[in-house]
Amino acid sequence: METKLMKGNEALAEAAIQAGCDAYFGYPITPQSEVLEYLALEMPKHGRIVLQAESEVASINMVYGAAGAGFRSMTSSSSPGISLMQEGISYIAGAELPCLIVNVNRAGPGLGTIQPGQGDYFQSTKGGGHGDYRLIVLAPSSVQEMADFVFLGFDLADKYRNPVLILSDGAIGQMMEKVTFGKFKPKKIDKPWATTGKTKDRERNYITSLHIQPEKLEIHNRKLVAKYEEIKKNEVRFEEIHTEDAEYIIVAYGLCARICHKAINIAREKGIKVGMLRPITLFPYPSERLHELAETAKSMLTVELNAGQMVEDVRLAVNGKVPVEFYGRMGGMLPNPEEIVEKLENLIHNNHAI
Amino acid sequence: MQSEEHLLVDEQLITVKDPDTGKETDTVLTDIEVPAKPRCLDDEYEMVYHKPKTMVDVSMHYCPGCAHSQFHKLIMEAVDELGIQEQTIGVAPVGCAVFAYDYMNIDMSEAAHGRATATATGIKRLMPDKYVFTYQGDGDLAAIGTAETIHTINRGENIAIFFMNNAVYGMTSGQMAPTSLVGMKTTTSPTGRNVADYGFPIKVSELIAQLPGAFYVTRQAMHNPTAVRKAKKAILNAFKYQKLHKGTCFVEVIGNCPSNWKLTPVEANKFIDESMVKTFPLGDIKLPSTEDLKLLEQEK
Ligand SMILES: Cc1ncc(C[n+]2csc(CCOP(=O)(O)OP(=O)(O)O)c2C)c(N)n1
Ligand code: SF4
Ligand SMILES: [Mg+2]
Repeated sequence: METKLMKGNEALAEAAIQAGCDAYFGYPITPQSEVLEYLALEMPKHGRIVLQAESEVASINMVYGAAGAGFRSMTSSSSPGISLMQEGISYIAGAELPCLIVNVNRAGPGLGTIQPGQGDYFQSTKGGGHGDYRLIVLAPSSVQEMADFVFLGFDLADKYRNPVLILSDGAIGQMMEKVTFGKFKPKKIDKPWATTGKTKDRERNYITSLHIQPEKLEIHNRKLVAKYEEIKKNEVRFEEIHTEDAEYIIVAYGLCARICHKAINIAREKGIKVGMLRPITLFPYPSERLHELAETAKSMLTVELNAGQMVEDVRLAVNGKVPVEFYGRMGGMLPNPEEIVEKLENLIHNNHAI
Repeated sequence: MQSEEHLLVDEQLITVKDPDTGKETDTVLTDIEVPAKPRCLDDEYEMVYHKPKTMVDVSMHYCPGCAHSQFHKLIMEAVDELGIQEQTIGVAPVGCAVFAYDYMNIDMSEAAHGRATATATGIKRLMPDKYVFTYQGDGDLAAIGTAETIHTINRGENIAIFFMNNAVYGMTSGQMAPTSLVGMKTTTSPTGRNVADYGFPIKVSELIAQLPGAFYVTRQAMHNPTAVRKAKKAILNAFKYQKLHKGTCFVEVIGNCPSNWKLTPVEANKFIDESMVKTFPLGDIKLPSTEDLKLLEQEK
């Protein structure tokens, strides 16, 4: 085990090397360029491939080629670049290729700003590109998780032959924290479907997302849906803080969850029985657990760095059992813990339940 | 073995002249006698040609007389002759050749529209000793995928790019392509491509030959037997040169699209001869140096 002080983006890049990432393709964009910069120096030392592509469109299609050939492949970008990749991501999901995509979310829309945001929640969790597909979405809230989720992400991608997205943000990517390596070992598996050259003992392999006959495409769609159901069954991950006796539940992920954690501590000192559910997987979503929590909670507050996106999933999970309110900051602005406590108090007093 | 589909191909259109009236009528002759055993298997006949072994034995979806089928076949012949089926990975485009993997009995990846060379880059970088090629149309390679084309070649990726220039978007039924000839009527240039609005047809081979990463650039056609032989040689070169790891091999082929040119295959081939090659002159544009060729000899 080795502990280092690192930026989130660098920890993620180092983890990629340790997780046996064979190839990284990327294009510079703030606030994630450190990933490419770090790997540009380090990957060749390990005999791995790193390439600065001409665009995010090219990057994701390079990932498609390398992943199709059976290699652990990854790209990273920030919001505008991830938007450009959507067609490629849809192809990857359709062709069922394992790969890792990282979005260090900045605030939008458009060019927006380089400050952190969570405005890409819908894009990340509902498909993002065209057609019916899902990514497995992991939301780190610390530099440690930036590293850990790379191992997890690659393993899940291989296990389900599905692209995995790490949805981080500009703050988690840029901040420095302690990070410990050595907890995980890369688990590489055989990929007999890969395009490595048709040997005599097998039929040719081809990678495609094309199924021109509707009957066949629907069969493929059903297969994908069944896989997503399997993922929902097996891979839901979340963290709970002080939910045992909580009357009020805050739901927040990533950077926002850290701010809310602090807010909860302040509120608890004031005697407010508040807890938090932090989804770690945004797809699959911890809907079942939220549904259970709604049995005992009086109300819920979703805090996000956007105009209200995940709150829709919270409401779906709770299904009207308790009121679900929303508080968000946008434009790269962050709420401070006191602001969240104030919001909580206002809602309790003005509204009885939130 | 002859399948039912092949029998259909044997139907013949003949003109019958009435001996009394002298009137001519077209009729389809269907009752052709099919030998129980294909004649090529008869002892008295010598087998002089057969379909490449790396071609899958299915009927193709291409329109009759379409150049794509010919181009596929030449590429697979080259793979056969070089004995590199096990080491070759192809990348299919979005365009009429999207189903190339149905016909080529090698490992293949179907890429997004225009991104074939990026996909091929991903494959080749990880398996530098394999033979990797893309197969792309003009819309794919020279419109939506221009950036990927130029940057892949500029990086000198050691892949072969097989470029079918048929001057239209075949798959989407004949819209104007960046390579459509001046004045060419297409569904989106109904009065003919005009330079004021759309500029001149893009000469990709000449353009990319400027890049140091381009190792071998040639423009060929397949509208007559001589052209086919030359095209085949170019394809063989594009594979062989990959062993040198000296850059991208680019083989443009001027092909027909009878359906969207609204011509019969024979007329379409004539159009290539009379019009297409005026804008897109055939021949080698960039050749390896003699030293490079010597290196290749040594490799052997
Ligand atoms: C992103 C995207 N845009 C548009 C299309 C529609 N499309 C499919 S093939 C094609 C053009 C193909 O023309 P070309 O590359 O010349 O190939 P050909 O069929 O002529 O061989 C287009 C525009 C698509 N599939 N994807
Ligand atoms: S549309 Fe044109 S390019 Fe496509 S198969 Fe038919 S003839 Fe060939
Ligand atoms: Mg075309």
